[in-house]
Amino acid sequence: MTSTLTQGYRGEGKKTLEQFSVGVWSDVEVETQQGRFRGIVLPRSETSDEKHIVLKLATGYNVGIKANTVTNVIEHGKRVANYKIPEKKFPYHPNKPNVTLFGTGGTIASRLDYRSGAVIPAFSPGELYGSVPELADYCNLTTEKLYGVFSENMGPEQYIALAKRIGDEIRNGVDGIVIGHGTDTMHHTAAVLSFMVQNSPIPIVMVGSQRSSDRPSSDAAINLINAVKAAAESDIAEVLVCMFGPTSDQYCLLHRGTRVRKMHSSYRSTFRTIGDIPLGQIDTTRIDCFRDDYNRRRTDREVTILPTFDEKVTILYYYPNMMPDIVDAMVEKGYRGIVIAGTGLGHVNKPLYPALKRAVDQGVHVYMTVQTLWGYVQMYVYETGRKIMELGVVPAANMLPEVAFMKLSWALGQTTDREEVKRIMLTPICDEITQREPYNGYLVFQGAVPEVQQFIRGIKR
Amino acid sequence: MQQTCKPFEEMSADDYAAIGLRSGLEVHRQLLTPTKLFCRCPAGRYSSAYDAEVLRHMRPTLSEFGEYDGTALMEKKTKKNIHYRIHRNTVCTYEFDDTPPFAPSEEALDIATELALLLRLNMVDELHIARKQYLDGSIPAGFQRTTILGVDGWIPYQDRRIGIVQLGLEEDSCREVSDIGHDRVYLTDRLGTPLIEVVTAPDMRTPQEVADVGRIIRNLCRSTRKVRTGYGAARQDVNVSVEGGTRIEIKGVPQLGRIPRLVYNEARRQRSLLHIREQLKERGITEDTLSCRHDDVTRIVARTHYDPMRDAIANGQRVRCVVLAGFAGLLNEPTQEHTNFAKEFADRVRVIACLTRLPNLVHSDTASESLYGKDWKRLFRVMRADHRDALVLVWGSEGDTVCACEEIAIRAREATIGIPCDTRQALKDGTNGFERVLPGAERMYPDTDLPPIELGETRITSIQSQLPEYVWDREKRYREIGLTEDIISEVLLSPYAAILDRATEEFRVPPLVAAVVLLQRFKHWRRSRLPLNAISNEDALSVFTAMADGRLPREGVAMVFREFLVTRKANPDSDVALAGILEKLIEDSADEQNVKACLQEVVREAAGRKFPDRETKHRFLMGQLMNSLRGRFSGTQLSNMLSSVLAETTAKESETSVQA
Repeated sequence: MTSTLTQGYRGEGKKTLEQFSVGVWSDVEVETQQGRFRGIVLPRSETSDEKHIVLKLATGYNVGIKANTVTNVIEHGKRVANYKIPEKKFPYHPNKPNVTLFGTGGTIASRLDYRSGAVIPAFSPGELYGSVPELADYCNLTTEKLYGVFSENMGPEQYIALAKRIGDEIRNGVDGIVIGHGTDTMHHTAAVLSFMVQNSPIPIVMVGSQRSSDRPSSDAAINLINAVKAAAESDIAEVLVCMFGPTSDQYCLLHRGTRVRKMHSSYRSTFRTIGDIPLGQIDTTRIDCFRDDYNRRRTDREVTILPTFDEKVTILYYYPNMMPDIVDAMVEKGYRGIVIAGTGLGHVNKPLYPALKRAVDQGVHVYMTVQTLWGYVQMYVYETGRKIMELGVVPAANMLPEVAFMKLSWALGQTTDREEVKRIMLTPICDEITQREPYNGYLVFQGAVPEVQQFIRGIKR
Repeated sequence: MQQTCKPFEEMSADDYAAIGLRSGLEVHRQLLTPTKLFCRCPAGRYSSAYDAEVLRHMRPTLSEFGEYDGTALMEKKTKKNIHYRIHRNTVCTYEFDDTPPFAPSEEALDIATELALLLRLNMVDELHIARKQYLDGSIPAGFQRTTILGVDGWIPYQDRRIGIVQLGLEEDSCREVSDIGHDRVYLTDRLGTPLIEVVTAPDMRTPQEVADVGRIIRNLCRSTRKVRTGYGAARQDVNVSVEGGTRIEIKGVPQLGRIPRLVYNEARRQRSLLHIREQLKERGITEDTLSCRHDDVTRIVARTHYDPMRDAIANGQRVRCVVLAGFAGLLNEPTQEHTNFAKEFADRVRVIACLTRLPNLVHSDTASESLYGKDWKRLFRVMRADHRDALVLVWGSEGDTVCACEEIAIRAREATIGIPCDTRQALKDGTNGFERVLPGAERMYPDTDLPPIELGETRITSIQSQLPEYVWDREKRYREIGLTEDIISEVLLSPYAAILDRATEEFRVPPLVAAVVLLQRFKHWRRSRLPLNAISNEDALSVFTAMADGRLPREGVAMVFREFLVTRKANPDSDVALAGILEKLIEDSADEQNVKACLQEVVREAAGRKFPDRETKHRFLMGQLMNSLRGRFSGTQLSNMLSSVLAETTAKESETSVQA
């Protein structure tokens, strides 16, 4: 089949390969106007240009040769890459807890996809045991690949199916659930699952990695080991996110699904609990809880699954001089819920008032959160705040904007009755709104300050 | 005992030919760029100060072809905690792998291209960044980003060609601070500095040839003036094999002068290991028949007087014994200078089992140096061994001693096969020690963080048109104009070579005069921290021209430069120009009439002085004269004139004394 022979190649590159009757995985000697190159023809990434042919040299390096400078190609044979993570049967022990790992697309053990240039996750228990054998110390593992999507492509369909599968597994009697997830929207999924799966008797632990598992310094293995340990052994029967605490390989933090947020585009220690303290920390030797106000593990199999979601909800991130037509456009397009990320204590400019009034009058549910992320909405402090409330905008306390978005979507999937929606929104289910903010719930250190430097120097982050 | 190689000093080219020595080089050289290769941190700033530390562990990952790399698996066994010291002035979040790479430094790409063209490589059209795995922790990501610019070139050496396999552009690694037990500490300042790697074919046949070729490549790199110099800016890896042996890589040789002895010792080690294999075969020990067993013997040696072991036991550690059946006597077999076969085991135990405090093992071939005879006897009995076997004892934590004994067994098995594929470290005494298992092509992995980069014809043609002259051509040219060998080797590396070339070629300045000023004097002034970069090439040439035209005496050349530099150093903002100083000196230059008058006066003033002999007097008077005439009149001519004046006066004096 020519298509697999010239995998990923187009135009000039494809023409040259075909001209000399060679293809991907051919071991070739290529003569060009530049000189001679010997190597194996590799597939080409579909996003790369059409002009070059990629060779893997004997030294392991890859090089690109301009196709139109090729004068001759001699084929010496073929060497097809047989990428396989060494599989070993995952051991079963009757005394170990049973954990189910759902895959949605995060990379825990992965391999390269030449055509997209990205990594593809490998996932079976055997493969996982082959690459992270430590998992067998904690549990008997079952895996199920639900999706293979990047986390930005997760949506209502996936949330609902995931919630239902969690319900099934709980009723099937597993002792813990781990969900492998891309990190970008892990906190969105964690929030929505906190609402859709209530009163769980077991831990539901979300995990991912900031460095893909094809890198020796990846955080994937440590995150996964700790997540599996938390699912198998911890007493916290809630939706959790288990990710690196510091950037150093030391421990993971267990975050409550409704208070966690990805705070750095690339750091390992990107997940932080906002406006509160994390639930605890975990490493291979221990689980330390920082608080005791969490739902305890139970032996019963009761769980409430509420898989509802209204897609016509949006977040409006306020900026100075925002024009009212933005709000009008949302209403016109049929949006039923708007979560505003307002400035300071929860403000927007005056020109928006009439538009917000029109929105509320037309039945749109409008909630106010803060773009400062930390702190509560407090709309009584300034007169402007009071005015905005008079328009029908509901302050959402210290709910994070993304969490409020997920909760409103979920609530509107159940009812559109204004008072009922408001009741659902403002009744905390799992600390999405907290009664008090502890002083150590807001700690963003500033470098260069002497005492901070002293701390960082002494303690590996 | 059979001598497998003559001593270093006695080895001839024929001897090396007889053992089939083949050697190649990998030359690493930092490029002189303002920033690092894949981030915008400043390059070339070194300091052991640090603000913070990061801790990492490395796990082996699969290669592109679905295989694990042997080195990676070895490093996994060591279970090292790797501590990185970081300072905000030299490192950003990229270096410790918390930020993806930025586009590579354009300057680095240009310099690497220039070097690739100088090495006559077949240029690659599109660069693919690869990740070369390093699980020793020397790079926090666990891999080095690296790419190939060209393959298959050559350089001339004597009457033949030395093949250049490839030129790579890569990021430099961390500097190791310490490696004790399970903790390894690195400084990150050097990490990410652009570096080229030039790989030669194994075309060298004697240790001296390896050093010679290293020198040629060094000179070629430095002839671009775009590479870093100084200790650590260049490091060589040397590949060595002998007939029947294996390609062994000796890493990180900082000085070329150390290469020959290292190559000799490795050749000798390989010969010895082959010899040991033959002896084992004669004893009937092969890979299949080899037997090694180990057990905890802490109880047996509990009352030992051997300090390292006694202290270990006192600290609650364990002692473990491994029996190498049929190995008796072999552990004392010499492998390199001052080194024997036992070190092959001790190295593995140190590196892989992390028993880093030396000595880390004792064995029954040197029984009397450690335990008492009765202890050995009990050990032989308990381990069911006899006089044909060798016992090796290690001490440490339970886990480490088990790992150590397993490694010893692995190394013993390798001895029955031949020479294990190691990467070895260069030691100061010219020998080498085990560093890690030689990594293969399996450790290369495409970097998914950066797209391929088209090098571009415009870049290549523009760099091609401005290539510096080949060093070997310059060398020939300098030899032809009569410079001596030691001056030539200095000129080749001198930043002032361009001035020297123009001065001698365009303005007919005597090469030696220009060389002495530009090499020796300039070097001296640089060391005295005079602001040499205040002298432009044109200014420098104008001084040499004045001398070549006969307007300035030879001694004046250095004087002009020196006066200018001293003035500029004293007052960096002064607008004093070199041209002004030159003109003044030319104006001041004395004609013969002035000089004669001066001479007469100096001689007259000294008339009352007594001198032991005429030479002393001549020297004293020359000194006096040069105070006022230095740079204004030719010293040689002045000395001749003084001689004749002195001759005259002496003649007069003797007349007078006769009359008296």
